[in-house]
This record gives sequence, C-alpha cells and structure tokens, in this order.
Amino acid sequence: MSVTKYRTIKDVPREEFLVPGTPLCAGCGALLVMRLFHKALGGDVVWVNAAGCITLMATFPYTPLRSSWFYTAMPSAPAGAQGIRDALDILIKKGKLDPSENLKVVVITGDGAASDIGLQSTSGAIHRGLDFFYLCVDNEAYGNTGFQASSSSPIGSGTATTKPTPLYPMGNVLPKKDLFEIWRSHKPPYVATISPSHVVDALRKVEKALNFKGPKLFLALCPCPTGWGMEPSESVKLARLAVEAGIWPLKEAVYGEVTHTYIPLKRRPVEDYLKAQRRFAHLFKPVKNEGIIAEIQRQVDEYWSKVER
Amino acid sequence: MVLKMLTGSQAVAWAARLARVDYIPAYPITPQTEIIEILSEWVRKGEMEAIFVQMESEHSLFTAAGTAAATGARVFTATSSQGLLYGFEMLYSIAGWRAPLVLVNVARAVAAPITLEPDHNDVLAARDSGFLQFHAENVQEALDLVLFAYRVAEDHRVLLPAIVNIDGFHLSFTRERVELPEQSFVDEFLPEYNPVNPIRASEPVAKGIPVLIPPLYSFFKYQMHMASRNALNVFREAAKDFEKLFSRTYAPVEEYMVEDADTVIVMSNSFASAGKQAVSALREEGHKVGLLKIRLFRPFPTDDIIKSLRGKKCVVVIDQNISVGKGGIMCPEIAEALYHLEDRPRVILPVIAGLGGKSISLEEFRYAVRVAERLASLKAGPDGPLLLFREDEAILVESLLKTASGG
Repeated sequence: MSVTKYRTIKDVPREEFLVPGTPLCAGCGALLVMRLFHKALGGDVVWVNAAGCITLMATFPYTPLRSSWFYTAMPSAPAGAQGIRDALDILIKKGKLDPSENLKVVVITGDGAASDIGLQSTSGAIHRGLDFFYLCVDNEAYGNTGFQASSSSPIGSGTATTKPTPLYPMGNVLPKKDLFEIWRSHKPPYVATISPSHVVDALRKVEKALNFKGPKLFLALCPCPTGWGMEPSESVKLARLAVEAGIWPLKEAVYGEVTHTYIPLKRRPVEDYLKAQRRFAHLFKPVKNEGIIAEIQRQVDEYWSKVER
Repeated sequence: MVLKMLTGSQAVAWAARLARVDYIPAYPITPQTEIIEILSEWVRKGEMEAIFVQMESEHSLFTAAGTAAATGARVFTATSSQGLLYGFEMLYSIAGWRAPLVLVNVARAVAAPITLEPDHNDVLAARDSGFLQFHAENVQEALDLVLFAYRVAEDHRVLLPAIVNIDGFHLSFTRERVELPEQSFVDEFLPEYNPVNPIRASEPVAKGIPVLIPPLYSFFKYQMHMASRNALNVFREAAKDFEKLFSRTYAPVEEYMVEDADTVIVMSNSFASAGKQAVSALREEGHKVGLLKIRLFRPFPTDDIIKSLRGKKCVVVIDQNISVGKGGIMCPEIAEALYHLEDRPRVILPVIAGLGGKSISLEEFRYAVRVAERLASLKAGPDGPLLLFREDEAILVESLLKTASGG
C-alpha cells in the first residue's frame, strides 16, 4: 500500500464525474471535496444522500453527476446504502445482474445528519460491517436550513441558534462531537479525515480505503462561505488554515490504529483561523475575548501534546 | 397443493418464501417477531436464497427495504404498531420512489396506553402514504394476499408498495388449516420482478430528488394516485389468474349474506369472522342482516361498495380504530362513496368497537343493528359514533380503576 498513484497535485485524475452547473453556493467546500472524492473512486458509483445542502445538487430535471444518485431521508442514508449494497449482492449472486453493473455505494451527508439525527443508522451500518464509503461533509452547522448549530459546531462559534448575547458572549457553548472517535470505536477497517486544501492527502486516503471491504469513513472539513462568513474564493485558504492551526488534524485509523498523515511542524495560532471568519467575529469585537480564544488554543495544544511524532 | 396447519405468521412467511423474495431487512417487534424468526432461520439453513439483515430500527429497515426494491430486488418485510409509526417517514418516500415492496403489518393498537392487542390505528394511519392496503381475515387469506400484493405492486401499471394487514394474536398466532400453494403454480402467478430504471453502472439514474417546482410535485403525486386506481383492475385480473391456478378467488370486497339484507355491517380483518357469526345468528332471529368485508382499503373500492350497499336501509360501519375527536376512520369513506346515490341507505351508523383487541359479542352486534334500524324508523341520524362497550366490561374497568387509585 505504500505505492501510490498520487504523488503530486499533477496526479489528480483529469476525468470529471461532477460537471459544472450545480445549484450549490460558490466556494462550497463540500462540492470541492465531493468532486475530488469522485475522481479517486471512479465513475461506477451510487451516492446515497441524507438531507443537507448537498441534497440540492440534483434537482429535477437536472443532475451534475455522471454517476447515480439516491436521496433517502435525513436519518437513514446508511440504511439506504445497506439496501442498495445488499440488493446488488443478491442479484449478482442469483445471476439476475451482470457483475459489470456493480457499483460502489457511497453515503454523502452533512455533519447534522452524521452526528445528530443519522448517528443511529450510521452506527448500525458500521456495526454490520457494511461494505460502503461514507463521506461526511462537515461545515460545522445545519447549513441547508440557514446555519443553525449542530452537535458538530465548534465551541465559540456563532450560528443562527447560538447567537452571541450578553448572557452567552461566546456563542456556542457546547463542544464539537468527535465523530472520528465515535466511528473509530466501532473498529471499522478505515476512518480518515480529509480537507479540500490537502488534495494529494485526500486522494491517497481514498486510494488506500479502496483496498478494504467494509465501512470506509471520511470526515471532511468543508468551509461554507455563507455560514462561516468569508469570501467564496477563500474556502481552500480557510481549510488550509484549519489544518495549519491544528484545528483540523489530518489522520487515518486502520482497524482503530491512528496515524497522523500530516503534522504541522509549527502550528499557526488558532486566532489566525478564527478571525478570518464572521462566525467568530464576536470573539474579537467589540472587545477581544482573550479567555475564550485562549481556551480554544489550549484545547488544540492539548490534542497535539498527545500526538506522537 | 399441500395442506398444513399454520399460524398467520407462518403463512405469510411461507408466502414470502414462495414469492422467492431476494431481500428481508427486519427489526423485531411484538407480535410480528414470529415472521422474521422463521424467515431468518430459512435463510440461515439455506432453504431460501435471500439476504436477511437485522437493522437497527424500523426507520432504517424501511429505508433499506425501499432502496433495495428500487435497485431491483424483491423485498419482503414485516412490522407492527409503534414500529410502523417509527418508520412512517419512509412510507411516503418508498411510495414516491415507486418501489413495490411488500410489508406485512401485524396490527397492534398504538400507545399510549401501551397494549399488545390489535386494532387498526396503526395500519390506517398509513392510508394516505401511497402504499396499497390489503386486509386479511383468516390464515389462508393472509398467505394468498401476500402473493396478490407482489403481483399487483410490481405491475408496471401500478409500481407502488403494499401493506398486507393481519391482526396481531387473533390472526398472527391463530393456527388454521391452509392450502399451501405449489411453487410452480406460484411462479406462474408471480413472474420475476422487472424493475423500472433500477440502479446500474451502465445507466446512471437520480432517484428521490427534489422537485422544487409546484406543478411538478402535483404531477408526480397525482401519478401515484392514478397508479393506485389502476391497482383495482390489476387486482381483478390477478384474481382471475389466481382462480385458474388455485380454485380460490378474491374480490376487493367480500359479501356475506348481503344480497337480500336490509341492514349491512361493514368490517375488515379478523374480527369480521365474529361479524359473520353474528350475522348468521341474527338471521336465525329473523333480522335481514348481511356483512360486507373490506379487503382492499387502498385503493378504495368505491364501485364495489356502491354495488353492495345501494338500496339498503341501514349500514353499520364497525371501525376498529378511532380518529380522536372525529370517530372511526372507515365510516366517512363509506359514507362519501354512497352520498350521491338516490337510493343511498337511510342510515349510516358509525360504530367504534374492538379497540385494543376488545372482543365484540353477538349482543353488541345485535345492539348496533337495532340502533341503526331504530334511527331509520325515526328518520333520524346518529348522534356521533356509537361506542360498543358491555356492562360486564364497565364493571371490570370500574374495579380496576379502584385498584389503581388504592381504593
């Protein structure tokens, strides 16, 4: 597995499976990740979707995909993947379907579906060892409904339901659910985090995951220009800043064993990342909230202090 | 043909086996469990070539069932009561995907309060979902209707999922003599499922996607309605083929001593057997009574109902369910079917009975018929739904309430 097709950015496959012309927002991090993910998987794919921003990708009578798409429901895309996978398997086994018609089954959900309403069905599918890919496009809130807090929203972030007030000056007071660890505790063959800023890293991880039968889970940090409050052109820059500040560690776990695939030698201060976005503006204006920024920095430092180099 | 003593649960499991289903996603709930236990055992022993997968909830179970059917597998599953309600969101989705799976609902009243006994508030809650609804009275009918359900659901003029309802305990665990159809005959009645636009590598499709333009939504929903209406004729066609093969037949409704009756009791499901017994007894007492059993509830067999009930003096609709704040769910549907007839019945009496498995005695049937006939003679209408409740039951309830309150 040490041999990879993807050594530099020049190795990104040219073939497009997701063509231009979607109704998604300009600069959508999720769209960047999905396009990349699809290139690494190839064309024989069925995407199984839970309600979220991405659901609007295919709206009748259009689809930007050259692969198949199945919108299920918000809580149960992994169960939808189960039905498709099992149906393809049994039809092939019974000789009712030519094996050349087989497909890779890929769940695509936002963080709200992944960490809140859909956690039950996700856990069920991982537990059953379902042979599928799962891509969570994490923009850290319920983006499609106007950016309300999800259990993936980071501490200190302002969302439509965690607006900073004199009573709650830091905005969101709840911690971000650690979906990576929740998934890892199920001991699936493969779990990884990826970022649209680290393209080769992401491609290599998908390439590696293709070697495993069973659940292959990907958590992608996806900047959201409308919700985060930044320019669409800055999505990749913001994603990179999250990695460089150590807020979004790039890692993978094979059967539960964690490896960091990129360790920033000198981490950027979290403040650089926070102040580039409107959702954290209340931490800087009208007065800088040193305490909360220091707490966020402390949590990041604590995480990395436990990472072996 | 083999004769066997089977419970209702065993019979529907046999039907799934004879239908050569490919896929059985399941989740246990009382009183449905016997069905999925049997099927899982057959799959594990290699007696059925299917995939059995135990899901983590009914919501997930229905999702998997729907996507598998849309992918081209013949899917069977079963649930009951709270389970049906828990997965409810997906019923509408599956119907909208036009995925023709078959779901057996083992009827059980819904909480609160909790009970395990049957009524039809679970299955009738699904009446607007787009699922076809077949209601079985006895074990043979339960088996046969599952075969009918596949035949009708998978027809390209229909392509809608189906629920076959069997009453919990009263039918699911009742053992009766059943004619078990021969496999070759079932294969003739039920050709292989030929899915429309399944998910294949060579032909990408997009399913379940938003239609954000209101006329489109109306169009697709009404298409489902038309498809469901088609199911009435497809059912009749199937019944002809079924009769040739098995010498039994089924119509969307079943008449019992209706032809010369003045008063007709309308019922569905297993309690209709008690209704038929009551009709026979009342006939001996000189009452010209009959019973109309509703077998196909969606699509609603309006024409058959008109044919049976026009010109009758009284209709007594026994609803084994309650729409709180209104009354029975079936009665208004019957009334609406008859409303524009010149020779419509003088009285349509809504009756609530058998909630949570409460038995209906001959005395209660007699009482309901008398109330209807009296209203007819007085040229009066009913004053809300009539609840059938016996004196011995009132005494029992009173004593239990006393115990609960410590007195």
